[in-house]
Amino acid sequence: MNRSRLVSSCLLVAGFVLYFMLNEPQTGHAMHIMEGYLPLSWALFWWAVFLPFFILGVRSINKIVKEHPQMKLLLGVSGAFAFVLSALKIPSVTGSSSHPTGTGLGAIMFGPLAMSVLGSMVLLFQALLLAHGGLTTLGANAVSMAVVGPMVAYAVYRLIAKSGKQRLAVFAAAALADLATYVVTSLQLALAFPAASGGVLASFAKFAGIFAITQVPLAISEGLLTVLVWNWLQAYNANELAQLRLLKREESL
Amino acid sequence: MKKGMNWLLLLGVVVLAAMPLLFIKDSEFGGADGAAEEAIKEIAPSYEPWFQPFIEPPGGETESLLFAVQAALGAGVVGYAVGVYKGRTDKAKK
Repeated sequence: MNRSRLVSSCLLVAGFVLYFMLNEPQTGHAMHIMEGYLPLSWALFWWAVFLPFFILGVRSINKIVKEHPQMKLLLGVSGAFAFVLSALKIPSVTGSSSHPTGTGLGAIMFGPLAMSVLGSMVLLFQALLLAHGGLTTLGANAVSMAVVGPMVAYAVYRLIAKSGKQRLAVFAAAALADLATYVVTSLQLALAFPAASGGVLASFAKFAGIFAITQVPLAISEGLLTVLVWNWLQAYNANELAQLRLLKREESL
Repeated sequence: MKKGMNWLLLLGVVVLAAMPLLFIKDSEFGGADGAAEEAIKEIAPSYEPWFQPFIEPPGGETESLLFAVQAALGAGVVGYAVGVYKGRTDKAKK
């Protein structure tokens, strides 16, 4: 209990610090690269990077469903969580809005490959119906949100969970996955649009500098929400989590 | 399971979202797609987008409808799962 109090006061402090660091609001960036805004060669390149992960992801999901049919609903929850979170445009300290990704939860439960499919479904929905992101840039956006983000989440979770601090591991995994997604997006834009002076690095500094600040509070929010869902899973789905070899029997907090 | 912790988690999320609204007065908090375009135009003034979305929501209202639909779909599935698992656990306790 003390610990969560500590965490929430830290959050308050962090929020204020961030706010006072910013003298005047600047505009940030939305999370997805817009339709048509990647040169053809880059668009194709990122599609080529993404497709193998997608195919592996389909196989991974088929395997999970075959071996544990009772996991279907939890897979659905992982996808739905990403659906909800990426529909929420949350105001941030830079005076613009952006949205979380929600891919951390599924990556922790089912591994990063499963999320490459679920995450790209979310992106497809937004590209087709909302003109948010795009079909030509879907490959690039999927690499950042559905491949790299979940991989970071999984790695961070495994690393911290060893110490037995489950909730901290979940929080850090989700928050860092969210941030990593944006770093990759910045990098993709920087590679496609190197600055005249300073090249890719200067562009990256420009995109990432804005991204990082806009995204920090959202990443923290995403971490908190994921822990919330995690608490619920521990209360009602302890068996499933144990089957997924996740839940250490001893409560650490 | 500590009830209090969950409320604190939610409070943290709300506070994080509300603080910018309270403190930053002269901003519309636009979804920043437009700003990304600006940055690209600065770096590469000659770049022309070569592909247009097939369907573009005609305005803010329709767009917010679709975002609400997306959130509702997701929340519906999550809510359904919460009900299923809670029912299962309650049954097991009897």
